[in-house]
Amino acid sequence: MKKQKKLAGLEKRKSISGYIFIAPFILGFLLFMFKPMIDSLIMSFQDVQLSSNGSTRVFIGLDNYHSALRVDPDFTRLLTEEFIRLVVYTLAIIVFSFFISLILNQEFKGRSAVRVVFFLPVILSSGVILGLESNNQYMDTLKQTVEANVEGVSVSVAVESILKTMDIGGAVFDKVFEVIDNIYDVAMASGMQIIIFLSGLQTISSSMYEAASIDGCTKWESLWKITFPMISSLFLVNWIYTIVDFCMRSDNQVISKIQTVMTSKLQYGPASAMSWLYFLFIIVFVGITSFFISKVVYYND
Amino acid sequence: MTKKKTGFNFWERNRLSNGYLLQKRVMKVAISIIRAILLFGLCFLILQPVLNKISVSFMEERDLYDPIVVSIPRHFTIENYTISANPEIMDYTVSLRNSFIVSLTIAILQIAMCTLVGYGFARFKFPFKKFWFAMVILIIVIPPQTISSSLYLHFRFFDIFGIIEAINGEALNLRSSFIPYYLISAGCMGLKNGLYIYMVRQYFRNIPVDLEEAAYIDGCGTLKTFVRIMLPQAKPIITSCFLFAFVWQWTDSFYAKLFFQSVKLVSTQLSKIVASLSVFIARVQGGGSAQPATITLARSNQILSTGTLMIVFPVIFLYLFCQRQFVESIASTGIKM
Repeated sequence: MKKQKKLAGLEKRKSISGYIFIAPFILGFLLFMFKPMIDSLIMSFQDVQLSSNGSTRVFIGLDNYHSALRVDPDFTRLLTEEFIRLVVYTLAIIVFSFFISLILNQEFKGRSAVRVVFFLPVILSSGVILGLESNNQYMDTLKQTVEANVEGVSVSVAVESILKTMDIGGAVFDKVFEVIDNIYDVAMASGMQIIIFLSGLQTISSSMYEAASIDGCTKWESLWKITFPMISSLFLVNWIYTIVDFCMRSDNQVISKIQTVMTSKLQYGPASAMSWLYFLFIIVFVGITSFFISKVVYYND
Repeated sequence: MTKKKTGFNFWERNRLSNGYLLQKRVMKVAISIIRAILLFGLCFLILQPVLNKISVSFMEERDLYDPIVVSIPRHFTIENYTISANPEIMDYTVSLRNSFIVSLTIAILQIAMCTLVGYGFARFKFPFKKFWFAMVILIIVIPPQTISSSLYLHFRFFDIFGIIEAINGEALNLRSSFIPYYLISAGCMGLKNGLYIYMVRQYFRNIPVDLEEAAYIDGCGTLKTFVRIMLPQAKPIITSCFLFAFVWQWTDSFYAKLFFQSVKLVSTQLSKIVASLSVFIARVQGGGSAQPATITLARSNQILSTGTLMIVFPVIFLYLFCQRQFVESIASTGIKM
């Protein structure tokens, strides 16, 4: 009886110190995340007017959502465009980073140097630099002149025109070629994912591959039968990371639209409504896709 | 030595294996050549904008319009750097110092708090732990822009349960000061802090509990165990999280625009470099600052490239020396879901 009571006391003490350790997070969450979130949710149903000594708020129901979706000329267009871009680029980034990490997992000279280069975008394409890169018109004009000069020589253009004349094509192919033309953006956005995949690949023991190859398994087969299942959980991690990263990029058009509505037009109500719509959109997308991905993830343990 | 041992040279061995050895060797060479070309191309793709910026930044303005000049400047100059560093354009020395102080203090504060929280999540059992951890995941997923509008109002009329209004007569305007961001960082809500908590937690979970238990049995308190036993073991992950926090803070423009408008930081200075350049040139030409001078696109981009290089340079320098900490820590946390 006495012993049990003492154990409960230890457990209690442990849980109290646990709470002390995460207290900064709880406080910060309540003050700087939960309160602003609820606030912005309320604001999205209100007409907010700023004045020098506070703000006046009038409840106007769903008007802000209505104006975001039906009145604003850009918002729905930007939302769908960004969504399509999100799907296409997330897929491309996952495939690209998986492919690169497979290459980087092999033994060759200068491997660590190549790894340093591929990780460089994580540092370089963050924050303000990315935003500047995307509206760098000089580079665009340069690119256009280069493209004009090498027209027909470019492999992707040639392949595209061959496929077009063979009447193979359509929306999917156009997207694939768009991604190939923008391989720079894909490479710049996949630094972190490559490292995550690489760390997963390095935990697979080589004895598995040896056993498979002795049993007559080709490299191609062992890629699908061993490598894929073993790191399938990392596909989920990378999928979510890529989507989150994509949403937070400063060249995201929906975000910049929300920012202009808020800071230059000072329409806090509509801006909150737009950000909530965007947020719900992304959460639903992440939820549905990660549900389906987690169905096929294989856990070794 | 080996030759004498086997007694056969390559071709003899090849013949003995019915051509298998040669086939294997050719395959290996072909694969490594293809791999080298591919990787060289992709590395060049990533590095090209940086190299391009470097070459443009050393050109004189007339080189920009010279069709012969592509990447090697004909008239070498460092004038672009001195213009960008000018107090009226980027104010490089001042903003560099400010950025350094801000990034350093913010990174230290954020990582100290995130390490505490990450340890709390990794080692203790307490009620609602799953709920709070779900909240950590939530703050990773929510873009900070979603709540920026109300965060703005929150600090524009800052108040803690009406206490400040009772004393001062009106709510505080904390928006143009940088106190809010330190408060936010102390509450682990800064830039990507959820990710740091997650990484630290993953790392601590991989350390065996035996050491801590031994410390507890010897009468060491919870906090003391954490500081004396666990922190020294977590050095790698703390350094790398610190480096990330520093670098991302350095280039961040979102929080900088929201809270650091009164302080010159390299990131905010860079985002308005073209506007300040035209004002500066107008003033130098004597046209008065009311009418910004028109500068050509190529020229403004040249200055922009130079400015970008100047703010990126310290970061690249840091990365080259600490790339091991950057890259390997992520691999070592063993991120899994």
